[in-house]
Amino acid sequence: MTWLLVIVGAAVGAPLRYLTDRAVQARHDSVFPWGTFVVNAAGSLLLGALTGAAATTDTYALLGTGLCGALTTYSTFSYETLRLAERGWRFLAAANVAASVLVGLGAVFLGAGLTGGTLA
Amino acid sequence: MSERPEAIDPDVDLHVPDQRAETVGGAKWPVLAVISAGGALGASARYGLALAWPVPVGGFPWSTLAINVLGCALIGVLMPLISEGGRRAHHLVRPFLGVGVLGGFTTFSTYAVEVSRLLARQQAGLAMAYAAGTLLGALGAVSLAATATRRALAARTGAEYGVRTP
Repeated sequence: MTWLLVIVGAAVGAPLRYLTDRAVQARHDSVFPWGTFVVNAAGSLLLGALTGAAATTDTYALLGTGLCGALTTYSTFSYETLRLAERGWRFLAAANVAASVLVGLGAVFLGAGLTGGTLA
Repeated sequence: MSERPEAIDPDVDLHVPDQRAETVGGAKWPVLAVISAGGALGASARYGLALAWPVPVGGFPWSTLAINVLGCALIGVLMPLISEGGRRAHHLVRPFLGVGVLGGFTTFSTYAVEVSRLLARQQAGLAMAYAAGTLLGALGAVSLAATATRRALAARTGAEYGVRTP
């Protein structure tokens, strides 16, 4: 049952990442991967909020493990960082790593704060 | 002939004309369907591994680290095979395997929450080790896998043309 909730959440989260990535790129033409940056930050904010709210097992499976897990991605983040570095945009590659991690962590704390919970 | 632009973002890069066009009209439904199915498969595998390899509260999140490093190694194999150097694959391969399966398997949000939880528990050393360990593992894996795959492809292409490779 819980497994089904993960599947349903991910079945929405993965296409949502793809469509959000497209929408961001369509509005902001850049070699910097803003689309992936935005979905990773947004997913971290939502997962921080769910963690802070001490969501039930089912809610966490659907929206956390499923939706946020598939909305965010480490594989896309790492390959695009490699590509930036290989194309000579070493500063953008380093900035992508630093900004994604720092904003991701900030988003988690913000999300947890918004739901009034604690992460520990 | 102008060089075909290559993607930076493997999920979708609107600088690549084929990828820009893949949501035009009815073409978008099979693309979204295989992304959705791939995402469900990848997330299921991640969930299964996390269940099989639970991490105690305050422990080092080995399962997420392994999942993310493995997923990064796999995209480092996939992308050179299907999109680099002018290579092409069926137009649903990248959406299904790259965007769906590997994107659904790996996770940035869980990584960020796990680092934050260790920080909130005053386990700064463990938080730093996990944060940096995942980054180094993921970037090292994608780089090594992509390099090895490109070499293997170049050796095969060379062999087809009767060129000896060292």
